[in-house]
Amino acid sequence: MTSPFSDEKPSSAARRIRMTVNGVAVEAVAEPRTTLVDFLRGDLGLGGTHVGCEHGVCGACTILLEGRTVRACLMLAVQADGARLTTIEGLGRDGVLHPIQQAFVDEHGLQCGFCTPGFLLSVHELLEQNPDPSDEEIRDFLGGHLCRCTGYKTILRSVRLAARRLRETKAAVAAHAEASS
Amino acid sequence: MKPPPFAYAAPRSVADATALLRASDGDAKLLAGGQSLLPLLAMRLARPSLLVDLGRIADLDYVREDDGMIAIGAMTTKTAVERSALIRTRQPLLHDATRLIGHPQIRNRGTVGGSMAQADPAAEYPAVAVALGATLRLAGERGERSVDAAAFFPSPFTTALEPSEILTEIRVPMRAAGSGWSVLEIARRHGDFALAGAVVMLGIESGRIASARIVLFGVAPVPVRVSAGEAALLGESPGRPAFEHAAACARDAVSEPLSDPHASAAYRCHLAGVLVGRGLAEAAARAEGSS
Repeated sequence: MTSPFSDEKPSSAARRIRMTVNGVAVEAVAEPRTTLVDFLRGDLGLGGTHVGCEHGVCGACTILLEGRTVRACLMLAVQADGARLTTIEGLGRDGVLHPIQQAFVDEHGLQCGFCTPGFLLSVHELLEQNPDPSDEEIRDFLGGHLCRCTGYKTILRSVRLAARRLRETKAAVAAHAEASS
Repeated sequence: MKPPPFAYAAPRSVADATALLRASDGDAKLLAGGQSLLPLLAMRLARPSLLVDLGRIADLDYVREDDGMIAIGAMTTKTAVERSALIRTRQPLLHDATRLIGHPQIRNRGTVGGSMAQADPAAEYPAVAVALGATLRLAGERGERSVDAAAFFPSPFTTALEPSEILTEIRVPMRAAGSGWSVLEIARRHGDFALAGAVVMLGIESGRIASARIVLFGVAPVPVRVSAGEAALLGESPGRPAFEHAAACARDAVSEPLSDPHASAAYRCHLAGVLVGRGLAEAAARAEGSS
């Protein structure tokens, strides 16, 4: 793996850190000043988490930390030592898009795609907490994400579609479990 | 937009953290949730030699009832406050104020103690702490002490904390029966820092205002208590004439209003009056509905 930081010699302040990223245990040396998003991209080679504003305004670098959304530019890598993370690379499985991703494709919830990984992980947390959110609740939860392409309307539609499909899947699974018990 | 180099320590106890601060000659910074400090580092407005991360100290993250008060550990996240049934039912003002802070992704990391210690003039928590008469518990090399919120925010981004002290707990009283509350703000966008905000608490007994508290944020370098407006409300019957007078007091209460390209001093003072008027009406309705 080529890292933009790998040719830098670690300083005496560098620390060995371990974490679980998308189910995989990783271990690396990180400078204290390395943000989590730079660590994910530069040291772990996970480029799906995008870096936008680098000061917590745009939401592009949003990931899941212990299942909760956080901005990876507002955390140091050393703070995530021992944590369990999910990035956009961990959302789909075996090459199949997650239903939230598929809904964004079907409803044109993205154009350039720069902001999309962050949106998807926030939608993931929202729908875990609230499987049937109102438009107001969706807007409130996604208010910390900027998208310069879509005008947000198709994103709203994508979230509604994802929510409906996830509810239908859950209901079908429950009905199947009942029928076979 | 990359932080400058610094040393990093993640102590396991408050005592170890204060020892690190003492040894650093005032050049260290405490890292709580990092939602204000990380941007300051990225923009290189802060260049500490050492960051002391409080995130590994286990016993600073709690919300509990203690001696008739609600005790909140300094490292409790805003999401935890938002989800606390104790806070929602016994001090709903704090619950409502928390929902105005940033976005869910920020509240998942940002802490109660971090907001208090950051003392941003536009932040909700310092004003809420002043309005509630909260007490802040500080730990330092000479032991612990408590400071009233009214004395904790002397100037913007500055607190009563000594260089080697750490804020460990915030204690807030529970809502009194028959009292109503309101917290309102105007921001340019949902989740932005407030251009102006107002925290209002009203106690109503036998149809008369028996207690009142009005605190503004976002309009001045520190939270502003509208004492003249509070005094004028006492004994009045809750309603428009009394509320409009208190709103006028709020407009006049700000001696050094903030002014920037987003909002002039005059506009901020105007907003303060509007929000106090609305907040009093909302608080009165809640007081009358709850007793």
